[in-house]
Amino acid sequence: MDLFFPVQLFSDWFSYSLLKLARKSVVAGAVNFFVFDSIKIFILLAVIIFIVSFIRSFLPPEKTKKLLSNRLEIIGNILAALIGIVTPFCSCSAVPLFIGLVESGVPLGVTFSYLISAPMVNEVAAVLLFGLFGPMVALIYIASGVTIAVVVGFILGKLRLESLVEDYVWKIKVGQNKVDNKSGFKMRLYDAYLYTADLIKKVFPFVLLGVGIGAFIHGYAPHDFLAAIAGKGNILAVPIAVLVGVPLYSNAAGTIPIVKSLIDNGLPIGTALAFMMSVTALSFPEMVILRKVLKPKLLAIYIAVLAVGIIFTGYLFNMIF
Amino acid sequence: MKIQVLGSGCHTCEKLYEMTKKAVVEMGLKENVEYVTDISKIVEMGVMQSPVLAIDGKPVMIGFTPDIEKIKSLIKSK
Repeated sequence: MDLFFPVQLFSDWFSYSLLKLARKSVVAGAVNFFVFDSIKIFILLAVIIFIVSFIRSFLPPEKTKKLLSNRLEIIGNILAALIGIVTPFCSCSAVPLFIGLVESGVPLGVTFSYLISAPMVNEVAAVLLFGLFGPMVALIYIASGVTIAVVVGFILGKLRLESLVEDYVWKIKVGQNKVDNKSGFKMRLYDAYLYTADLIKKVFPFVLLGVGIGAFIHGYAPHDFLAAIAGKGNILAVPIAVLVGVPLYSNAAGTIPIVKSLIDNGLPIGTALAFMMSVTALSFPEMVILRKVLKPKLLAIYIAVLAVGIIFTGYLFNMIF
Repeated sequence: MKIQVLGSGCHTCEKLYEMTKKAVVEMGLKENVEYVTDISKIVEMGVMQSPVLAIDGKPVMIGFTPDIEKIKSLIKSK
C-alpha cells in the first residue's frame, strides 16, 4: 500500500481541502474512494500494459509455433498453457493462429491448451489482482487457469478429435513469408507505448464507470449487502455469476474495478473472479469466430470446458479465502 | 499497387481498414483499399495474426497499430 501513499495524500487533499467536504461524511468517503481508486488503477494499468506489450513483442506467434512443435505432447501442453498467459486472445487472431498451429503440426491437444489458457489467464488481470488483492490471489488465479489448460488439453489430445475440426483447415497451405514487423529496441518500446496509450484510451470510460459504481456502492449501499444475497452460503452464486457474465463483453482492465467494488462490498472473491473470467473468456463474438474452424460439437466441448473451469476456479477461491 | 487489409472481421481489423483508407486519401493516391475477410488468405501468406496490411500480395505489417504515419510510410516505401 505504501507505494500508493502519495495517491492517498492527493485524494485526501482533493476531497477535504479542495472540495471542502466534511471528513466523516458519506459524500467525502465516496469522492475520496473514487479519486484514489481511479488514479491507482490507471497507474497500475499503464505500467502493466506497457511491460506486457514490450515482453510480447519478443513472442510473436511464429515463435510460439516453433516452441510448440516437435515436443513430447505433455511438455507441449505445459508450454502452450504458459505461453497463453502472456499472449492475448483476441477474436481477430484466434482463427489464423489456430490454423497456423495445427497446420504446422502442433498437436490438437496442445493447441487447445493454448486456446484455454489464453482467454482464462489474462496477464493484465493477474497483475491487477496482484496490485489490488496481493500476491496469493494473483498466483492462485494463474495456477488454476494453467492447470486446467494443461489437463484438459492433454485429455482432449488423447480423445483424437481431429475429425471435429472443419475439413478445409487441413487443406490450407501455410505460406512462408517473413515480415520484419518489429525490429530494434527503440521500436519495440515505441510500439509498446502506442499500444498502451491506445488501450488506456479504450478502457478509460469503463474504468471510470467501474470505479464510479464502486464508489457509489462504497458510500451509499449498506455494507455487505451483496454478502447477504450472493455470499458463500449461496452455492448457486458462482454459476449464476458466470451466466451473467456471458452476454457481457469487455476486457479485463475494464472489469477489474467493478470486480473490486463487488468484493469490497461482500461478494466472495471466487464468485467475483468467476464473473470476471466469464466476461473476458466466454464471449459470444469470439465463439462465432471460432465456429469457422471448429465443428459445432468441438466448439460445444470447448465452451463447456471453459465454463466448468471457470466455475471450478470460483469455488476454489471461495474455499481458500 | 494493390493495397489490402486482411482480417477476420473483428473490430480492430475494421479500424485498420478505415485507417488505411484514410492514409491513402491523405497521401493523394488513387488506389482502392481492399478488405479481405477470407482467413485462409492470411494463413496462405504465412501469417498467424490478424489484421494484416498487405501490398501487392505481400504482408508488410502484422497486427494493429494506431500509428497512421507508419501506414503511410509503408505504402510510400513500395
